[in-house]
Formats: sequence, C-alpha cells, structure tokens
Amino acid sequence: MNKSITRTAVLAVAVSSFAGVAAARDQIRIVGSSTVYTFTTAVAEQFGKANGGKTPIVESTGTGGGMKIFCEGVGENKADATNASRRIKKSEFEMCEKNGVKDIVEIKVGIDGLTIAQSKQGSAIKLTRKQVFQALAEQVPDKDGKLIANPNKTWSDVDPSLPNIKIEILGPPPTSGTRDSFHELFMEKGAEELDSLKALKKDDAKAFEKVWKSIRKDGAYVEAGENDNVIVQKLEANKNALGIFGFSFLEENAAKLKGAPIEGVEPTYDNISSGKYKGARDLYIYIKKAHIGVIPGLDKFVAEYVSDKALGTDGYLADKGLVALPKEALDKVKKTASGMEPLTGDDLH
Amino acid sequence: MSERAATAKALDVPRVKDPKKAALLRARYRAEARYRSYGVISLAISTAFLIALMSNIMMTAWPAFWSHYLVIDVPLKAESIDPENTRTQDVLRSADYMAVVRTALDEAIPGIEGRVARKQLREVLSSGAADDVRSLVLADPGLIGKTVKLPLLLSDDADLFMKGVGTRVERTATRGIANPSATAGEATILTSGDDFAPLLTEIKKKAAERAAALRQQADRFEVHSGQGAHDSVAQLRAEADELQKRYDSPDFEEVLDSSVPSVLIEINDGLVKAARITGRAVTGDVLIPLKSTDPAQAGAWRIVTYTTPESSRAVGDRKVAFLDRFANAGMIEKTFNWRFFSSGDSREPELAGIRGAIVGSVLTLFVTLGLCLPIGVMAAIYLEEFAPKNRFTDFIEININNLAAVPSIVFGLLGLAVFLNFFGLPRSAPLVGGLVLALLVLPTIIISARAALRAVPPSIREGALGIGASKQQAIFHHVLPLATPGIMTGSIIGMAHALGETAPLLMIGMVAFIVDVPKSLTEAATVLPVQIYLWSDLPEVAFKYKTAAAIVVLLVLLFLMNGAAIWLRRRFERRW
Repeated sequence: MNKSITRTAVLAVAVSSFAGVAAARDQIRIVGSSTVYTFTTAVAEQFGKANGGKTPIVESTGTGGGMKIFCEGVGENKADATNASRRIKKSEFEMCEKNGVKDIVEIKVGIDGLTIAQSKQGSAIKLTRKQVFQALAEQVPDKDGKLIANPNKTWSDVDPSLPNIKIEILGPPPTSGTRDSFHELFMEKGAEELDSLKALKKDDAKAFEKVWKSIRKDGAYVEAGENDNVIVQKLEANKNALGIFGFSFLEENAAKLKGAPIEGVEPTYDNISSGKYKGARDLYIYIKKAHIGVIPGLDKFVAEYVSDKALGTDGYLADKGLVALPKEALDKVKKTASGMEPLTGDDLH
Repeated sequence: MSERAATAKALDVPRVKDPKKAALLRARYRAEARYRSYGVISLAISTAFLIALMSNIMMTAWPAFWSHYLVIDVPLKAESIDPENTRTQDVLRSADYMAVVRTALDEAIPGIEGRVARKQLREVLSSGAADDVRSLVLADPGLIGKTVKLPLLLSDDADLFMKGVGTRVERTATRGIANPSATAGEATILTSGDDFAPLLTEIKKKAAERAAALRQQADRFEVHSGQGAHDSVAQLRAEADELQKRYDSPDFEEVLDSSVPSVLIEINDGLVKAARITGRAVTGDVLIPLKSTDPAQAGAWRIVTYTTPESSRAVGDRKVAFLDRFANAGMIEKTFNWRFFSSGDSREPELAGIRGAIVGSVLTLFVTLGLCLPIGVMAAIYLEEFAPKNRFTDFIEININNLAAVPSIVFGLLGLAVFLNFFGLPRSAPLVGGLVLALLVLPTIIISARAALRAVPPSIREGALGIGASKQQAIFHHVLPLATPGIMTGSIIGMAHALGETAPLLMIGMVAFIVDVPKSLTEAATVLPVQIYLWSDLPEVAFKYKTAAAIVVLLVLLFLMNGAAIWLRRRFERRW
C-alpha cells in the first residue's frame, strides 16, 4: 500500500519537472469574450476538421480578462488571439505595447444585436432608448431638469402609451461585456435625448457619464448572471418581465420569446445587418502578428475565419446567430486579414 | 378514564402518582415527540426537494442519451470520391463527403427544387453525417462503387423534433374527391366535399377571439392614458374591426400565416402547404411534389395539421414535412447516443460528447491524488505523532484549518502566479489543474487523516512500544493500518470535492473549448463541471439537454466515489 503511494508521488513529481521543457506548441490558443466564444469555437472546430491537425483551444475568460492575458507578452506560452465584444481600449493597447505586443491585427468579425426581449405570452411592448433610460437609470431628471431618484414604478409611469405593468428587466451583471455595451448603446443614447441631460453633457461630461452608467438598484433591474440561458428561462416563467441578451439567444429561442422593437425597428437579422436596429455592437478578434509563422496554422485559421464559408451571409457563423457585416465592411476586413495590417491605436479611446 | 390519562397513554408516559411530577414528565415526553416530528418533517421536505431536483434533471437529460439517424441508400460513387482510382488515404480523406450525402438525400425525396427548399432538406442532417461516411470509407475503401444503406446523423433541431420537442402532427380523414391543379409551384386543391369547413370555422373563431382581446386592450389604453395614446387606440380598434368582419362573413377566404397552426394537404404522394383556405378549396405552395394531378378519392388524401404554429417552433414547416415523410416511411432509427461518451466537445449539439471532459477529470484527479495522499498522510502523521507541541506547530495547525475554508478561486490565482508564471508550466494542462486542486484538498485530507490517527486507541500504540517496537515501528506497523479506512474516507470525499470544482480552473485556462481528447498530463484539457458550465451558456436549445446529461454523468461519478468511501469504511472499520 505505502510503496505504491510513494511510487505514485515520485511519478507525479517526475512528470511535473519534465513538463517545464514541453515541446514546441502546435496548437493555437485563443482567450477572451464569452459572447465571441460561441462563434470562434465554431470556426476552431471547422478549422480542426479541415486541416486534420489539432483544434485550436478557445478559452472563455471575458473580454477584459482576455485582454489581460493577451497583453502579457509575445512568446510560445502566451495567447495568440483574444475575442472581444467591444473594441480594444487605449489603456489596453498601451499595456500591450509596454509588454512587447507591438503589432496587433484587429478583425471585426460581425455584429451582435443587443435585444430586449419578452415572453410571447406577454402583451407586446415597443420601446425607445429614451424610455429604456427613464425606466432603468438610477437618477432621472424631473420636470425642472433636476436629477432625482428614479420614481418610475410601471412602464406607464415612463410613458402613458406603454402598458401598465411593473418595470422588471433581467440583465447581465457589471462584469459582463454585454452590460458595457448595454450602457453605451441604450443608456447613453437614451440620456442624450433628454434636454436637461444634453445640457449636462456639455457642462460636465463626467457627471453625465455617471448618470448613464448608473442603473437603479431598487429591484427593477435584476442581475441574472453571466448565463443568458438563465434569463431566457426566467422570461418564459414571467410574462411581464423583459430580458437583455444577445440576438443569437433570441433567434434560438424564437419559439418562446419575441424581441421588443427599439424606435420602431424590430431586432431581426436584416435590420441589425443594415444598421437600422440601434442596439447593435461590433464583435472583434485581435491577433498577435508576431505569432504568425511561429505558431503553425495561425495564418490559415485567420483565413478560415474571414472566409465567405464562415463570415458570409450564408456562412456557418450566420447559422450560429452572428449577424454578418455588410459587403463593403466585410471586404475591408478581408483585406486587413490577408495583409495582416496592424492597428495603429490612433483612433482608440 | 380522564382526559389527562388519555394523553399520557398516547405518549406512553409512565404513570406517576404525584400530579406535579406527572405534568413535568408529560411535558418532557411531549418535547421529545415534538423534536422527533421536526426531524421527520425536515427530512421529508429535503427528500421532496431532492426528488424534485433529481427527477427534473433526469427528465431533461433523458433525450440527450438518444439520437436519431436517417437510414438511406448512399451511393458511394467512385467518380465523386476518388475519380482517379488512387485509393490513397489522403485522397479518400479530402473527398467531399457532404456532396455524397446530398446526392443520397436528393434521391430519398426526389423533385425538391429551389435553393431554399434544398437547403432545408440538407439541414435535416448533421454536418457529422459526412464525417461518419468518411471514416467508414477510410476504414473500408472496398465500399467505393457500391450503394450502401447507412445511418446518417440528424441535425440537432431535427433530432429534437423526433424527440417530440416542436410540434404534434395530426392527420384528418377526408370525405370529398380532391382535384389538385398542379404538381409543383403553387397549387389549388378543390374538394367535392366540405372538408375544409371545420378548419375554416376554427380559424374564424380564433380571429374573433383576437378581435375581442384587441378591443379590450384598446379600452384599457383609453382609460389609463390621455391624448398621447390616441393613435394607437384607433389603430387597435381598426385591427379589431377587420378581424371581426372576417369572422362575420363565413365565405370569406382566410389567409393562414405563421401564427396559426399549419395546415397541409397530403395528396398523390405530395404535400401542399395551405396559404389560403375557403370551405371547398385550398391554395398554397407545394412542399413535396405531387406524382400527378389526377383526382384523389375520398380517404386517399388527408389533411395534415402541425398543431404548434410555425412561428412558435424551431423547425419550419418544410423540415417537419421532410422529417414526417421519413418517419412514416420507417427510415428514421433511434439508437443509444454512444457518441456522447466517445467524442470530445463540439459546437454542434448532436456531435458534442463528454469523453474529453471525463479523461481530463481523470488525469487531473490522478495528479491531485498522487500528490495529496502521500503529502497529506505524511504531514498528518508527523503533526499528530512526532511534532512537539509548541507555538510553531499550533500556528501551522491553525493555518491548515484556515486553508480548508479559503474560497477556491484563491487557489486558482495562486496556481496562475506560481505554476504558470513562475514555473512556466503549460496553460490548460491537467497537470496544473491537478496541482491546484491538490492545494485545495490537502487541508481536508490532513485534517481527516489526523482525526483517523487520533481515533486509534492509545493501547495499540502502548502495546507496540511495550514489546520493544520503536516509535516509528509502532506507528507504521500498528497505528497507520488501523487508521487507513478513516484516511481513505477522508481522501475520497476530498477527491469528490475536487471533481466538482470549476472556479480555480478558470484562472489556469481550463475553462475552454477543447475538441481533442487529451492524451497526456500536459495536453490541454477540461473537466466535467467546466464542460457543464460551458454548455449551459450556449444558445442552441439542444445544449440544454446535453447539459443535463453531463450533470447526470457527474452525479453518477460522485455517487460512485462517495459510495466507495462508505464501502471502504464498512469493510475495514474496526470498533473497540
């Protein structure tokens, strides 16, 4: 008994000391956003099947976490690419530069519609971004333009044309990239449509930012966790609640859920692709140029990602719920990818 | 008999003469009965919850353990697989098996024209169907040139439809003689009977119900809101009037859209989807071409209804039509889903399996056990038997107890900093996962091993020392063997804890999409609970069932491990 235990221990120690000198890496490693994960994994699988080699490893770390790992440096034990559900920030770009990650290639892979959806059983609701802001902001201006704690209890308090049901929105927690996008696409734009806040933006941009970045904490907004399927299930159970999640989840659950039109535009594939639907965001993948040619297959992987087979309107990513880019934008992305043109960082913020 | 005596009897209280003492005694007995009933009630509640949870998971998981195949003749023509007759593995591997499968499909339902329709037909099958054909041909190139009956895997949506998620298909017999106007494109079917009248009435009734609902909504708006809603109120009323008008005129042609149950006509081996309907005629697109435009006798044609409206299900009418046709022809086969246990992860629900996760879990636990057991037991023996009792050992003991209560994500951060960044071990490797989990369960094992050693009676130790054994001999020859069952139980429970952990693995890169099944300790791998977490977050509905199935597998493994712990304890336990 004891002898075998000792033997196992010796073996484990031996293996661990050997691992330090592992052979050169032959597998692509990608980290980052859990939203883009669902698409990048599909490409990784197709790439693995077509090449007969090893399938790339795609980690789901979140956009911010992915950037941190991505910007650690260049080398065999560092990630080759990162998924992002928003653009790289100036600060992140600088962190990368500092750590020696000089040439970053940005590939815009497609569009994700951020939808506000409800159960099909509920009475249909049509929203504007202004109404969304008035329903969810922690502070809203009163009649005189003074900021007060949000008094709206029901949707009809926000606007008489909306149904008289309690405001109840299920959405992602602050750690999620989807939440960041929701603030920028809905809350900021909604706030700008109120005159007093527009004035505030001119006078005190910081204070304005604080207004649209604060969501009320009195129970009208329910943080439902990172898992969008949880929100879907809760919406099925509660026909008066609304939920915030990506278009792919709405498409997959179209049998039970419907998306609320924003400013009269339904969240459909065509409306998101053409830019008519206002709650849409771009999705990205960032690649280290220094790893091209070093990590076998990385260039082919990028080529597979931007191919019509994957990214085109009939591509397999469209089947997974990714809204394809319009033709000109896609052509531009393809040019960036084939030429491996690095990001300059000038237009980041 | 007095009332008091009756209660006393019910509680089985011994009779005492002194009334004061008797009352006290009764109160004590009552308190005990109350306490017991609390116990029974809480057990009953927790059992009920457990059963509800388990049965829910089991019921959701059940469909995932089965998969459906379409069994059709697949022509493995040499000119499409290996036109130059080389028969080398490379050529056979890179051939377009999707095209082979498509040809077979087109032959199974001939005459499907148009890009959309053909795409829908192809989508009935999984992309894995072509891979299956490829591996079959690679294994036996002699099949080329023959036509083989092969099972082809259905796609996730089609598979779910076969499992009853989607819609029910109902068939109604007919009385009139039907006359189709065309075999393809748009067709009108006239019947000599009033076969469509009941359908028409039902649709009109639905319209009336909707009109009533719209009016109610308009009324509510008018009461609750002021001028602002004037337009929408008017709009609602207009919509309601329109619907009511349709209801009031029985001969008015009704348009069927995707919000009502789909109506189809099965005639002359073809299928027509009704778009417009009157009492005696139906007009719509032909989904499956008709053999001829000959009139069909009563009973030879049927009305088919898909009870769930098209907009409320994932599979469209056309796909349902194809699948229904295949199922009625007996071409669909249901088998146990071995693929679930034999393949790695995939983004296609019907192809995804847990082999990679199980192998990853086994490798990780192997490292954990290999490190934890010797180190934990040796530490426990030293601390319990040899170490002097002083402030320093007290400090170590407190630290060990504290470590057992540290949140597990902290161990992940430690692993990232020490094993990845300092020692440069590979990311996502079971080796690193095992090291991190070893840190996590080490305190549990040390604590349980110390308790087991302490439980061995001092007489054993003293007896051994008394006949001249050294301290080390006394411990290793006499105390440790007796403490083994307790140590084993503690270790297995610790391992079960490690098997269910995900948080520390996030930091070291094991929360990842990994298709290849790991073969060594340094290859990228994921573990079972991580696989569950990742699947639960995917949009495809079929992954919901896969998630539940993976949970069932994890529960079975945990059950086996904990069962082993109990069995070991029973088998080797000694009582003094």
